Amino acid sequence: MEEGGGVTKKFLYVNRRAPYGSIYALESLEVVLIGAAFEQDVSLAFIDDGVYQLKKGQATDGIGMKNFSPTYNALGDYDINKIYVDKDSLEQRGLTLDDLMNLTWEDENENYAEKPSISLVNSEELAALMEQQDVVLSF
Amino acid sequence: MASIDVNGKEVEVDEEGYLVNLNEWTEDAAKILSAQDELELTDSHWEVINFLREYYEEYQIAPAVRVLTKAIGKKLGPEKGNSKYLYELFPYGPAKQACRFAGLPKPTGCV
Repeated sequence: MEEGGGVTKKFLYVNRRAPYGSIYALESLEVVLIGAAFEQDVSLAFIDDGVYQLKKGQATDGIGMKNFSPTYNALGDYDINKIYVDKDSLEQRGLTLDDLMNLTWEDENENYAEKPSISLVNSEELAALMEQQDVVLSF
Repeated sequence: MASIDVNGKEVEVDEEGYLVNLNEWTEDAAKILSAQDELELTDSHWEVINFLREYYEEYQIAPAVRVLTKAIGKKLGPEKGNSKYLYELFPYGPAKQACRFAGLPKPTGCV
């Protein structure tokens, strides 16, 4: 980052696909973790089947793929704590916030208090969120 | 595929010397991998190696060096959670080198 070092951009990663069956979800997560080294302002959105990526209790033994869902719990360590989940997408799939992993981050300014990272948003809030971004990456 | 000899057992490693199969790791494998770098493992090294294995067990990734430093500081105290201390232990980079000894893949985001 020789040039433009110190410039912070707003990045939003939009995740719309189910976690397994394609490589998109895992690739997105890896890009997010790699990108975290550049200390940008990162948000994640989970929409449509993408909400399944955050589902609790994933078991992949039957499909012979690695269950990478525990890695979402590390996002807080990478200072990624703005995770937006589309409320309608959850409801359409018969899910609630309780069906999702309890992702948290620790607030260093408040004696490492654990705070939730996931917020439920409606479509207007999502649109506003996208509007604020410098970069939107869709997976 | 390259391999290392751990007490007569052949253990596969990739072209950068990282274990191909995490489950084949043993403490003796760590000793052989560190001997390749002419490093003798002390209790301080093991502290970090064991921490990395626990982190991987929980999150299924090898942490980036920034995350490792912060987490070590929280767990083992600020005198250990800093780059100077960790680089003294692992001169080729605390995440990169310690992960190799711990049998983990190269940390995500490590170029």
